[in-house]
Amino acid sequence: MTTEKDTFEPLIINFCCYWCSYTGADLAGTSRIQYPPNTRIIRVQCTGMIHPNLIIEALTSGADGVLVCGCHPGDCHYLEGNLRAKARAEAIELMLQDFGIEPERFRLEWVSASEAQRFAQVVKEMVEQVKKVGPSPYRVTV
Amino acid sequence: MIKLTINDEEVEVAEGTSLLNSLEKLGLKVPTLCYHKALSPYGACRLCVVEVHVPNRAPTLQASCSYPALNGITVFTETDRVKRARRITAELLLARCSTSTEIQRIAAEHGVFAPRIKMKMDDCVYCGLCVRMCEERMGRSAIGFTGRGPRKRLEPPFSKHNPMCWTCGACNFICPVGKEVRWLVSSTIPKEIPNAYNMGLNNRPAIAIYYQQAIPNKPSIDQDVCVRLKYNGCGICEAVCEAKAIDYTQHDKTVELKVGAVILAPGYETFDPTMKPDFGYGRFPNVVTAIEFERILSPSGPYAGHVLRPSDFRKPQRIAFLQCVGSRDYERDYCSSVCCMYATKEAIIAKEHAGADLQCDIFFMDIRAFSKGFELYFESAKKQGIRYIRCRVPVIREVPESKNLVIRYLNEGDETVESEYDLVVLSVGMQPPKSVQKVAETFGVHLNRFGFCETSAFNPVETDRAGIFVAGPFTEPKDIPETVAQASGAAAKVLSLLSDVRGSLITPTEYPPERDVRGEEPRVGVFVCHCGTNIAGVVNVPSVVEYARTLPHVVYAENNLYTCSNDSLERIKEKIKEHGLNRVVVASCTPRTHEGLFRSSVQAAGLNPYYFEMANIRDQCSWVHMHEPEKATAKSRDLVRMAVAKVKLNDPLYPQQLEVCRDALVIGGGLAGMTAALALADQGFGVHLVEKEATLGGYLKGTRYLLTGENPQEALRNLTTAVMSHRNIRVHTNAELTEVKGSLGNFQSKVTVAGNGDGVEIRHGIVVVATGAQTYTPAEHLYGQDDRVLLHRELEEQLASGQFKAKCVAFIQCVGSRNAERPYCSRTCCAESIKLALKIREKHPETQVYVLYREMRTYGFREAFYTKARQLGVAFVRYADDKPPSIIGQNGTLLVTVRDETLGETIQIPVDRVILAAATVPNEVNKELAQLLKVPLGEDKFFLEAHRKLRPIDFATDGIFLCGNAHSPLDVEEVISQALGAAARAATILSREKIDLEPTISHVVTENCDGCAYCVDPCPFKAITLVEYEAGGEIKKRVEINEAICKGCGTCMATCPKKAVFVWHFKPEQLQAEVKAALGLPA
Repeated sequence: MTTEKDTFEPLIINFCCYWCSYTGADLAGTSRIQYPPNTRIIRVQCTGMIHPNLIIEALTSGADGVLVCGCHPGDCHYLEGNLRAKARAEAIELMLQDFGIEPERFRLEWVSASEAQRFAQVVKEMVEQVKKVGPSPYRVTV
Repeated sequence: MIKLTINDEEVEVAEGTSLLNSLEKLGLKVPTLCYHKALSPYGACRLCVVEVHVPNRAPTLQASCSYPALNGITVFTETDRVKRARRITAELLLARCSTSTEIQRIAAEHGVFAPRIKMKMDDCVYCGLCVRMCEERMGRSAIGFTGRGPRKRLEPPFSKHNPMCWTCGACNFICPVGKEVRWLVSSTIPKEIPNAYNMGLNNRPAIAIYYQQAIPNKPSIDQDVCVRLKYNGCGICEAVCEAKAIDYTQHDKTVELKVGAVILAPGYETFDPTMKPDFGYGRFPNVVTAIEFERILSPSGPYAGHVLRPSDFRKPQRIAFLQCVGSRDYERDYCSSVCCMYATKEAIIAKEHAGADLQCDIFFMDIRAFSKGFELYFESAKKQGIRYIRCRVPVIREVPESKNLVIRYLNEGDETVESEYDLVVLSVGMQPPKSVQKVAETFGVHLNRFGFCETSAFNPVETDRAGIFVAGPFTEPKDIPETVAQASGAAAKVLSLLSDVRGSLITPTEYPPERDVRGEEPRVGVFVCHCGTNIAGVVNVPSVVEYARTLPHVVYAENNLYTCSNDSLERIKEKIKEHGLNRVVVASCTPRTHEGLFRSSVQAAGLNPYYFEMANIRDQCSWVHMHEPEKATAKSRDLVRMAVAKVKLNDPLYPQQLEVCRDALVIGGGLAGMTAALALADQGFGVHLVEKEATLGGYLKGTRYLLTGENPQEALRNLTTAVMSHRNIRVHTNAELTEVKGSLGNFQSKVTVAGNGDGVEIRHGIVVVATGAQTYTPAEHLYGQDDRVLLHRELEEQLASGQFKAKCVAFIQCVGSRNAERPYCSRTCCAESIKLALKIREKHPETQVYVLYREMRTYGFREAFYTKARQLGVAFVRYADDKPPSIIGQNGTLLVTVRDETLGETIQIPVDRVILAAATVPNEVNKELAQLLKVPLGEDKFFLEAHRKLRPIDFATDGIFLCGNAHSPLDVEEVISQALGAAARAATILSREKIDLEPTISHVVTENCDGCAYCVDPCPFKAITLVEYEAGGEIKKRVEINEAICKGCGTCMATCPKKAVFVWHFKPEQLQAEVKAALGLPA
């Protein structure tokens, strides 16, 4: 028997910084590296511009997961925006507890412009991870 | 034209079009197997059947690849009858070729997993692709079908290897079931084309994008191997390219250019290790060069970043790196400068990729970690367990069974050790490319004895022929930051030479006046690109267009074969006018390559270019979900919806134009400052040169000799005269910078001159920091207590003035460098000691000279002087990092006691003079100046550049540049390269009357801002200040953005608790709209 969990296809919002991870995602494309179609990339200048509220809002509006991808430490186009994002991620994880959202639904990863394989891997892992926790309790079925 | 109906939709196609091609026109897909675009239709597999209704006749099933489109017929592609027929075909195919993964895939697509009839293990499906390929495309007919019915066989005539075969391998390549067809026809195998970018570790096709970052990022045909260009066969790429971009008539062309200057930057080649057969390179598969290993480590390399060895693709457990392969030997008496660090880097990355238990041993002579930050990196490598073994390995042996490699060496305790490794990496040195001999002859420049371009210490970017400049490892082996600085330096020299024609070849683009659409309801136009089959082969483009039409505010949507083609761009402009569009979305590829192009089309139609968004449905959809067309189509719809949601909230943005004050401020009047000032002044810019001392010259004033033999005092005199007499330079001596206001393009600074209380106000567009460094005053080794203990500079003075007299001298290296307090290498002191040791041997041959060192870091051509010093009898004694020499002052002599690590014994040397190679330390003023200019210092308290490798002479803050010893310890040649480089970097700003600033920067919403200032500190560019203002009779606080400095990273936006600051084009509501649209929620 198939349960809802088996057929569940999560919808994951993927914020990518334009300078590293967005380019890495493009490279996955030009290299034809296949990954699951569950993410929707939103381009930002830097992971440091993503307000924690935006992530919380996404998760409480029904996103099954939020994946944030930025430059590796030291590679940030804006010097240290990614480090700010890292610091905020810790705060976001605490806030998730308050909302009763599983920590697996949020992930911050560093993906450089040349790491197409890694980008695909990160997406795969995130999709698997979110599949395990199941649909968002906030999800409205349309 | 032919008119027919397909699945209730009318379509018009040219006469002679097949049904299959007519279907494609509508974006419909049917399964195929024996069909190939480049070959004639065959109708053999019958997977592509469709139901054809010819008026007044019974409906029939027809293979769509070979059935022509006819007037008035009706075609159905997915009726039950069609599906049943395809299913049976799939079942028969699977029964025949049950082991082929491609057939299994096709069968599964039709719901067949196990056929009802008996399975065969045939390796051929009789699709005839190889036969048609060989006959139609290669013109060889080397293979064909014989027999009929059950006796049908694929074979060459008489079942013998066929001499007609030219071993192109196309038969193998095209076979859908992976049959080794080529063995039927020939006993030879096609020659692979090694992928040069991956050092031949894997292969590439005859038409390829040679590497992922190639510019332009377009495929090109290798004319030496292309069958079409060489033998007039094949031509498949032309047949399959929908963009019709293949043009076989293009040939190499000789182009004549009229230029005012030339920069030679031919780069380098690595040493060919087959020249040293003892290392077994080329014979032992697991001996690789460092560049090959670099590719092995690369995610885009032959093994996708997995650390594997070439012989058996097994993960190595132990890797050895051999340093100085093709450097520091008899024929190449120079050091390649970069290998110690790249070996260290590769060892670290290998451990990162393969796991910390990977053992990396580096066999070396001296670890030359002399550049900025390198010493710390070297130390961190040791902490990560990388072993450094001091030994020059003479020979590598292979264990034939395991292909492992054995290295025998003497350890530091003089014992013979034998170690086995899975992989050996040769750190091959740099040498000039073979082609430079010709380059040198063509341009009439001189090469040195090693084949590098001859330059001099004071002219590091100039050849001996006027107007011809050089940069990069062509002048000496060097690392990336030195190359970048020197290349900028060469550009500065060219800019000076050609300053009177600057900008004369630029034609600005003209755009029509802009239509103001603020206040209008959004009217969005959506253009969805097929990108040939790149998108349409996976995504159902027409359905995406249909969907877009249903979105609120979308008033127009269409699909294009190539939205970026000129006619499509024209169409976008037409449609904007025709439908009164005020927003445009293109769903195609990545904005990284095409946003600019589409924005300018939008602008050309009178809209602000920021009323545009892209949905990346190729790179981030069709290309990465190739086997899930339905999900990819659904995702494309989502991406279009997100782009539409965002574009509705876009604002018209305009680049801020900044007037540039075309004067420069150069801080520091030493070699760096004067060189930069002169280079700027020669380009026609005004320069204020500020020097804190009474005279110009800085550290160079006390330099009497150079290692390379030039006369530094004469050069300094010439430089000072040129600076003092230049009409564009105003020199402020005894002066100090006390105040800096403003930013890029418009600085206002105050320079206070000693004895003149008020100071001078200066306006300038850029700043060059060239404040130099200082020499450490040692507290150790009796310095200051015994006047026989001297610093380099003091010895140099004694030598020059003739006061020097000694029977025996000892130099002590690393005094104050590479210790806990200063964990960096001072870079220049090894060469300085060699210089002075040689000078002593030259002037006082009777004097004995000892050099007590930890590592001799005579990088580049300094190595030859180290060799010369040893030949002239200078004794080098290596002491351990933790066992520095000690000195006891006795009446007649100084007694130096040191443990010689090479001998393994403690020795005592009575000397008359001890010379201390004291560290170069950062200037005390750095801290103050850093605060004034709001630029960072590194941990070592030297100034910190924007990027270690790629932007070595820029600060992260626009408009401020860095050169000379303020950056890190450097020698004369390097200081000049950097100073010229800084002048060129500065000219990128000063050469413009106005600068367009990126409009996607932060903006403060005054009503929301309560002046909490949370955003001020996090701003990485210090672009935010807290200001007070008056409103309604009250003093209020708010933050203010300096638009000239802000880069739009949005750190402030994410910090603000009040939504009082945002980045244009990435406003919170825009990002929210995208999130909501992604989730399918109403805006």
